[in-house]
Amino acid sequence: MKSVRRGGTAPGKAWDTGKKTRTGKISKIEEAHAQSVWKKVLFLLALATLLILAVGVIITIGPMPITVPEVYGILINRLIPGCFSIGKSMENVVLQIRLPRILGAIIVGFGLAICGCVMQAVLKNPLASPFTLGISAGAQFGVSLAAVLGVTILGGPYFLIGNAFLFALICSGVIIGLSGIKGATSETMILAGIAINYLFQATNQFFSYIANDDQLRLMSVWGMGSISGLNWHSILLLGIVAVICIPLLYSKAWDLNLMTVGDESAKSMGVDAGHVRVFIMVVSSLLVSVLVAFVGVIGFIGLVAPHIGRMILGSDHRYLIPAAGGLGAALLLFADAISVNLLAPTTIPTGIVMSMIGVPFFLYLILRGKRREYWS
Amino acid sequence: MIIKLSVNDLSFRYHSTDVLRNLCLEVGDGRIVSVVGPNGSGKSTLIKCIDRILLPQEGTVSVDRCDLAKMPRVTLAKTIAYVPQNSLRVFPNTVFDVVLMGRRPHLGWRGGSQDDEIVWAVLRLLGLEELALSPFTELSGGQQQKVLIARALAQETGIILLDEPTSNLDIWHQIDVMDVIRTLVRQRDLTAIVAIHDLNMAARYSDTIVMMKRGTIVAAGPPGEVLTGENLASVYGIRANVRTSEDIPFIIPLSRIPVRSGKGRRI
Repeated sequence: MKSVRRGGTAPGKAWDTGKKTRTGKISKIEEAHAQSVWKKVLFLLALATLLILAVGVIITIGPMPITVPEVYGILINRLIPGCFSIGKSMENVVLQIRLPRILGAIIVGFGLAICGCVMQAVLKNPLASPFTLGISAGAQFGVSLAAVLGVTILGGPYFLIGNAFLFALICSGVIIGLSGIKGATSETMILAGIAINYLFQATNQFFSYIANDDQLRLMSVWGMGSISGLNWHSILLLGIVAVICIPLLYSKAWDLNLMTVGDESAKSMGVDAGHVRVFIMVVSSLLVSVLVAFVGVIGFIGLVAPHIGRMILGSDHRYLIPAAGGLGAALLLFADAISVNLLAPTTIPTGIVMSMIGVPFFLYLILRGKRREYWS
Repeated sequence: MIIKLSVNDLSFRYHSTDVLRNLCLEVGDGRIVSVVGPNGSGKSTLIKCIDRILLPQEGTVSVDRCDLAKMPRVTLAKTIAYVPQNSLRVFPNTVFDVVLMGRRPHLGWRGGSQDDEIVWAVLRLLGLEELALSPFTELSGGQQQKVLIARALAQETGIILLDEPTSNLDIWHQIDVMDVIRTLVRQRDLTAIVAIHDLNMAARYSDTIVMMKRGTIVAAGPPGEVLTGENLASVYGIRANVRTSEDIPFIIPLSRIPVRSGKGRRI
């Protein structure tokens, strides 16, 4: 019979960290690891810089000819009034049209990409996104209800937004509730989401069938997704929701890393998988519902931005979440700039452009022949 | 013998099918305990109930006399580590990141350099250092198993549960993995509970073998006492030649014992 060992190191405080390297120096592989972490940080910084530069360029282009110095003159005027004298209409274009549009693209792109990213992680499915789960179909149902039957929950200019938001929320509530009954596994959530998606699509088709031409146009324009409807009020609202929801999602970055290896393993490492899944779904659905209500269906970002992030940075959500957000913001910003300027003065709905430039770009990334989905 | 882990009257039902029935077990500190039994006997379920991955309907599990049901999951994760049989993976991760996950119960939100150091120490101990930046999915089965053991070690627990660590491995890697487990238990004062199919591996590496059949323990004790011809006949329904070499029993399976038709053994 083997005796119980004593005098050895007790479990729990056992690792002679840092002293094991024979030379006393950091080994090559540790150095390589440190570099790979540094590369991730650099990438995030580069992405942030790119976004700022892109904003600086995109604000100067548009259907209305305003020179670069004039644009910046207007912006400086806004901060320190009276520096430059510039026409009222130009000022309006820059401050009331271009600036909200750019900020809106960034917030919406950032938010949708992050929601897609965390949903893919908790559902352990690379195909999960706010749109494959039927949340947008729910929002579309709300819009159809308002357009065709005139049933609205908010009056005035927000009647479509109110309906879209409410039904997106109801839709995700049903998905989370249904899967909660069965124990909040990723499979039940995905199946419930897809089922709900089909249900609302069917009702939407029914509404399209009975709608008259005006109603149909209202519904289909909303369905294409556009950020031209955003003004400073809606930006403020979107900003507030994003500022509340995104840190909540980011605070679960560690748990998300563990969730991707399976519920059982996650539990054994101290993460209550079911709770985290419901928490993430509730917070991200709330954010998605607000975003979708304001801008309509801009698909693809939520699916593709996280994957691009993973190809570049790997699956550590501490880096992946901001990377996916930044990539989503950049993609939508570029797509929107194209949608405004390509056929000026006609503005193409952003959702259409997004998919048209996003899909080839994504296919290129997939086909570039990187077998390992890594940089480091 | 100091009792490290004790299981009292544990019952687990799945859709009103009894999987574990009033199971009692005491595991001494610093032991390797193998749980053996036919498919469906409840080995894996027992392991998962101990770690509260599955929640037993009745009974308690306690470690150092603390009831695990009253522990927050994070505390539990600092007490018991679990090495799964196979890890479903959707998204790519490096070996380093996989092992770092084991630090989760000890962390605040941010991983500190202390945690990185522990991960490196674990990787060095298991000879996985050079693989640190390789994607987990590109490793061989044996390497993956060792990485998962490394992850469990990074949790710095006193108890480690392993669910069939040698299944799907060739004989060299089976011995490699079991040697790693034995070395760790001896050197680091761990207690290991291993669900395992291979009776000869179990005999060679365990201090105690627990033999299960249909959710109950049929026999428990040193390998020589548990792995007997009678037990193999009644639990597995096989005739086997049990020999002893270097005080360790080894089993040469001979034939099935014909199943009586009508009532009798469950298939």
